[in-house]
Amino acid sequence: MSTAVANTGAEGKTWNGGNEPLKASYGKMMMWFFIVSDALTFSGFLAAYGFSRFKFIDAWPIADEVFTHVPFFHGNYPMIYVAFMTFILIMSSVTMVLAVDAGHHLNKSKVTIYMFLTIIGGIIFVGSQAWEWGTFIKGDFGAVQTKGGNILQFVDTDGKRVALRDFVVADTHVDRTQHESKNGLWFVGEGTLPTYTVEEVIHGLEANENVLIRTQVINEEGEKTVLSRAESLKQLKSNGKVVVEGANLHVNEYGSPLFADFFFFITGFHGFHVFSGIVLNIIIFFNVVLGTYEKRKSYEMVEKVGLYWHFVDLVWVFVFTFFYLV
Amino acid sequence: MAQEHKLEIFRGLVKFKSNTQKIWGVLIFLSIVTAIEVILGIIKPEWGKSMVLGMKALNWIFIILTIVKAYYITWDFMHMRDETKGLRRAVVWTGIFLILYLIFILLQEGGYVFRVYDNGYIKRDF
Repeated sequence: MSTAVANTGAEGKTWNGGNEPLKASYGKMMMWFFIVSDALTFSGFLAAYGFSRFKFIDAWPIADEVFTHVPFFHGNYPMIYVAFMTFILIMSSVTMVLAVDAGHHLNKSKVTIYMFLTIIGGIIFVGSQAWEWGTFIKGDFGAVQTKGGNILQFVDTDGKRVALRDFVVADTHVDRTQHESKNGLWFVGEGTLPTYTVEEVIHGLEANENVLIRTQVINEEGEKTVLSRAESLKQLKSNGKVVVEGANLHVNEYGSPLFADFFFFITGFHGFHVFSGIVLNIIIFFNVVLGTYEKRKSYEMVEKVGLYWHFVDLVWVFVFTFFYLV
Repeated sequence: MAQEHKLEIFRGLVKFKSNTQKIWGVLIFLSIVTAIEVILGIIKPEWGKSMVLGMKALNWIFIILTIVKAYYITWDFMHMRDETKGLRRAVVWTGIFLILYLIFILLQEGGYVFRVYDNGYIKRDF
């Protein structure tokens, strides 16, 4: 591949470094080695996720119960939206590789179109991820965290999830004001208060005969354990500590807070890669439009940034498997 | 020259006329694999719950299909198929070896910690 852009005058001179046993230019090779190191970073994160999951293998959240939303549609559609996101990313990989191919034929207008489509695909993906984060942070059903940090969720007698808002009545007489650093301890902050207090949840559970508690523990059928009515009341009264709505780095209504931590960290790190990929693609896009590579008679820069873009897609394939499928 | 591409996949079972055609072919293949994964993930068939080598059969299928997808992304989208043996091995073998080692160490340790927790904080009771 004699598409090397820089000529050093050492071509063909073995002992001056002019020999290219790998037949790849310096830039392309370095992109490959960067990708190897970045792949190790990502596998470090995913393996750490695996570690924590194996550590709590009998109480890990079930992904299809966590990611069930599709924008503009109500109802329960597990995985549909992530599958769409995966498809978008693979599609933008395809347009990227088509841009590279058009670059080999020095076809400027085709490279421009395909680069543009790649950028659009990337933007759709990052937007979808932002939406997914938003939904995850906002939460859906709400739950109660116990003293030990476990999550108690609520289900009806058929095992279907029940949201806190469906059976808990907020007591308007007891108003707990949110602590603000300007009128209390200036060095102590407080997050948003949940809509309900634990006492209100207990009253709600007592008043609704058909509501039961579901714990984090996965039983032999691979489903979460549902407690009996008496056990539910006992568990909530003796152990309930905080009402949790949604997920953040401290609490997570879907189960172990570690799940949320790893979700934010790994998809966030991947999303940041997509974002930087989009920025690189935009830079290359303008270079293509301005004719920089046309003058150079080589579109190798498109190929290099393409390698990075495909790598981002590659990582997503693994994130998809380990967060949503397995 | 850079325009030289190997135009066959599945060990020569499917041959393409041009590089562009190969790209679309690989896209179709990857989409089918993803669709299979998603469908299996939604219906979760009963046979998938049986344990094979310490893991659910369904999870093995997901992981194997993922590696298949990774192979075709690397080989055909990133043109690893067209690179020299030296570059290919320097990148792939290094990565695979280190990743397998890391996964083995961490998962083994995670399972150990789980068993200690599960067993009332006792690993060996003499």
